[in-house]
Amino acid sequence: MPGKITTKERLQINRQKMPEQASTARAANFEEVNLGFTEQLALLEADRCLQCKDPRCMAGCPVNVNIPRFIGLVSEGKISEAAQCLLCDNALPAITGRVCPQETQCEIVCVRGNKSTPVGIGYLERYVADWARNHSDQLTATKAPATGKRVAIVGSGPAGLTAAGELVRMGHDVTVYEALHKPGGVLVYGIPEFRLPKKIVSQEVQRLQSAGVKIECNVVIGRTYTLPELRERFDAVFIANGAGLPVFMNVPGENLKGVYSANEYLTRVNLMAAYQFPNADTPVLHGKCVAVVGGGNVAMDSVRTAKRLGAASAMIVYRRTKNELPARAEEVHHAGEEGIQFEFLTAPVEVIGNDKRWVTGLKCVRMKLGEPDASGRARPVTIPGSEFVLPCDIVVVAIGTRANPLLTATCPDLKLNKWGNIVADEAGMTSLPGVFAGGDIVRGAATVILAMGDGKRTARAMDEYLKSH
Amino acid sequence: MHTIVSKQCLSPNVTRLDVQAPRIAQIRQPGQFVIVHHSEGAERIPLTIADADPAAGTIALVIQSVGKSTRDLVALEPGQAIADIVGPLGHPTEMIESGRALCIGGGVGTAVVHPIAQGLHKRGVKVTSIIGGRSKEWVIFEAELRRLGEVIVCTDDGSYGRKGFVTDAAKDVLAGGGIGIVYAVGPVPMMRAVVNLTKPLGVRTIVSLNPVMIDGTGMCGGCRVSVGGETRFACVDGPEFDGHGVNFDELMDRLSAYREYEQKSLACAEENCRLKQTLPS
Ligand SMILES: Cc1cc2nc3c(=O)[nH]c(=O)nc-3n(C[C@H](O)[C@H](O)[C@H](O)COP(=O)(O)OP(=O)(O)OC[C@H]3O[C@@H](n4cnc5c(N)ncnc54)[C@H](O)[C@@H]3O)c2cc1C
Ligand SMILES: Cc1cc2nc3c(=O)[nH]c(=O)nc-3n(C[C@H](O)[C@H](O)[C@H](O)COP(=O)(O)OP(=O)(O)OC[C@H]3O[C@@H](n4cnc5c(N)ncnc54)[C@H](O)[C@@H]3O)c2cc1C
Ligand code: SF4
Ligand code: SF4
Ligand code: FES
Repeated sequence: MPGKITTKERLQINRQKMPEQASTARAANFEEVNLGFTEQLALLEADRCLQCKDPRCMAGCPVNVNIPRFIGLVSEGKISEAAQCLLCDNALPAITGRVCPQETQCEIVCVRGNKSTPVGIGYLERYVADWARNHSDQLTATKAPATGKRVAIVGSGPAGLTAAGELVRMGHDVTVYEALHKPGGVLVYGIPEFRLPKKIVSQEVQRLQSAGVKIECNVVIGRTYTLPELRERFDAVFIANGAGLPVFMNVPGENLKGVYSANEYLTRVNLMAAYQFPNADTPVLHGKCVAVVGGGNVAMDSVRTAKRLGAASAMIVYRRTKNELPARAEEVHHAGEEGIQFEFLTAPVEVIGNDKRWVTGLKCVRMKLGEPDASGRARPVTIPGSEFVLPCDIVVVAIGTRANPLLTATCPDLKLNKWGNIVADEAGMTSLPGVFAGGDIVRGAATVILAMGDGKRTARAMDEYLKSH
Repeated sequence: MHTIVSKQCLSPNVTRLDVQAPRIAQIRQPGQFVIVHHSEGAERIPLTIADADPAAGTIALVIQSVGKSTRDLVALEPGQAIADIVGPLGHPTEMIESGRALCIGGGVGTAVVHPIAQGLHKRGVKVTSIIGGRSKEWVIFEAELRRLGEVIVCTDDGSYGRKGFVTDAAKDVLAGGGIGIVYAVGPVPMMRAVVNLTKPLGVRTIVSLNPVMIDGTGMCGGCRVSVGGETRFACVDGPEFDGHGVNFDELMDRLSAYREYEQKSLACAEENCRLKQTLPS
């Protein structure tokens, strides 16, 4: 009950553990790893929050979720109000509650982290969002009167969906164009089922649709319609087409059979459900020994997918050490538990194949850490004469993605930076009047919550723009 | 949803579907393709836009049944619909503005050559087409191509037109001189044979590559091919390339990557079919 619990008592509660599938069981299925808090766990965790007057946690959240308020409502047992409060700030909480890198966003600045562990903000967010998904009839959506202004959004990833949600709430008429046959962007084609069930993405999308967002799939802007055409037909355009261009290693042997980009590997398994082959028609090559090159979320998702597809050995090949892995901490931890091997300080120099042109190994060199580079991370340097071959039959390249030039190539007056990303100001405005951009196409590959932050901020700027035009 | 308005059997394993896709019908250009997704659970497969009727809002897909996905598509009847069609994808064909062009189509590739010949004809280019098939019943799009210029038909068994491969006829036409550009679309060995003919003659040759694709937007990299020693994504950089630079061996090899899976897919589908047939309806 509110007020009944003292700060001292709050401080005595330990961080609650997320219930999860046992590592041996889950390494062989595609079901979600984390099972979600029970009501009891949620109440205990919510009681750990000190309800700070000047909550530092909020400053760490790119969409400014009112963290103490929604957690306070949970601890008072007012779950429906907590849900209203959360949804007001965050258009896709069931998603961020699962995939946000909380340890570097909201939780890292939580005061409780000073002396013990931070409040499980992400876990609570997931708990409330899941309640909201299952009780959508008990939630009311407020909507401003129609403005008569029409907005087009390119791409249905987190940036596009968030902006769409905000803009319909402001009374604008919003159409989202998506190139693939299903909305969600990386949330449907990249992040695997065992971390983010596709049913949840489609429920969140449906919630936006029932709020009035129109989504047209199978439309490629730059091909089906051009950007100039959209500018003619709409009052404003938000470009959120992501950073979907795979980067390869540029080493010999990369076109052998058995070499995938992470985008292809994950798209086959997630969007096309290749893990259900032959019940789904799209196949994916199953390897006995799968080497995944890279150390981010994409690499972790690929290697854990390989394990679930039955690989006897699935390993990460990363040129730095465990400390520099850019993936979410929870994913690295889960991967370790699932028996993923890690080859640190290792960089591939060639993919080796047999006479039938199937992959048989990855020739690598050992690295050591040298001086810090521009990003502040230690630069890996090759140890001369350290070449060796890692035997494997599948190689997945997960070393990053870049801006896809398909759309921007058809609109030469849109200003790009030297990497092909769209140049946009703080408010998301590009070099073309009425054209805004955000998410990975502006930042380069980043995170779901940063893309959503862009979507939210830009929606406000677009609203201002639409009022004055 | 894209409703099928008509269906026509062109040869023993090639079917033409005219399908509703108004926007694509309006803007498509020769050389472009669509990605077709039959329904939930199906593969996304690339198919060339063989023809279009902007007034009716339909595009023509000419499909050779080779495996599960193509069989499922040609099993659809008029009135039924395809869930997803996205396009038009890929770059339009590079065209010459005058002179003479030789268009060579092998098998279902003839349907791909047709819009190219249409485009050339519209520009006033003189088109000679060489088309081929195993025997008479496998020759497709002959009448359509005759409207656009001279047509030489070849059959492997001599049951219709000239006996032999399309490359034999091409050799003769090229020997006559005056050909400014060659377009060759068909099985990989055929395209390679044409390129081997034209390379020493220095005649520019455009081929349409058919690697396995998924998204068709340059996102997955699965469709990569080597052209002039560089890696290109056929869905966004092609599908047509200068044939003289194409690494056909690599393309052939990569096309075989899923053979085992394709056979399994087909076997399972047939198993299902049989099960369905034995069930009382
Ligand atoms: C495998 C993987 C795992 C990840 N894990 C995490 C994680 O755990 N936590 C985290 O915070 N971040 C994670 N990320 C990063 C995060 O997913 C991205 O930063 C985020 O999705 C970017 O959102 P976006 O809206 O900018 O673009 P995207 O999600 O890329 O969406 C762009 C959409 O636009 C569509 N599109 C592209 N071009 C066109 C066009 N011309 N016309 C129409 N539509 C077009 C695309 O098909 C796509 O649907 C991960 C990324 C990957 C690939
Ligand atoms: C740009 C482009 C345009 C195309 N246009 C047409 C067209 O107009 N009409 C048409 O009938 N086909 C066309 N194809 C080929 C067509 O996409 C494939 O035949 C189809 O994907 C095979 O699917 P399936 O499941 O029926 O056969 P599968 O069982 O997947 O394959 C059967 C056999 O076909 C071969 N194959 C597999 N995938 C492809 C592929 N993508 N391309 C070629 N061969 C393949 C394999 O070697 C295999 O042995 C085109 C391909 C591309 C890339
Ligand atoms: S959206 Fe992400 S950063 Fe914001 S509160 Fe939720 S988990 Fe934390
Ligand atoms: S900083 Fe931590 S304790 Fe304070 S309000 Fe935020 S979550 Fe609660
Ligand atoms: S089909 Fe995916 S990049 Fe071409």
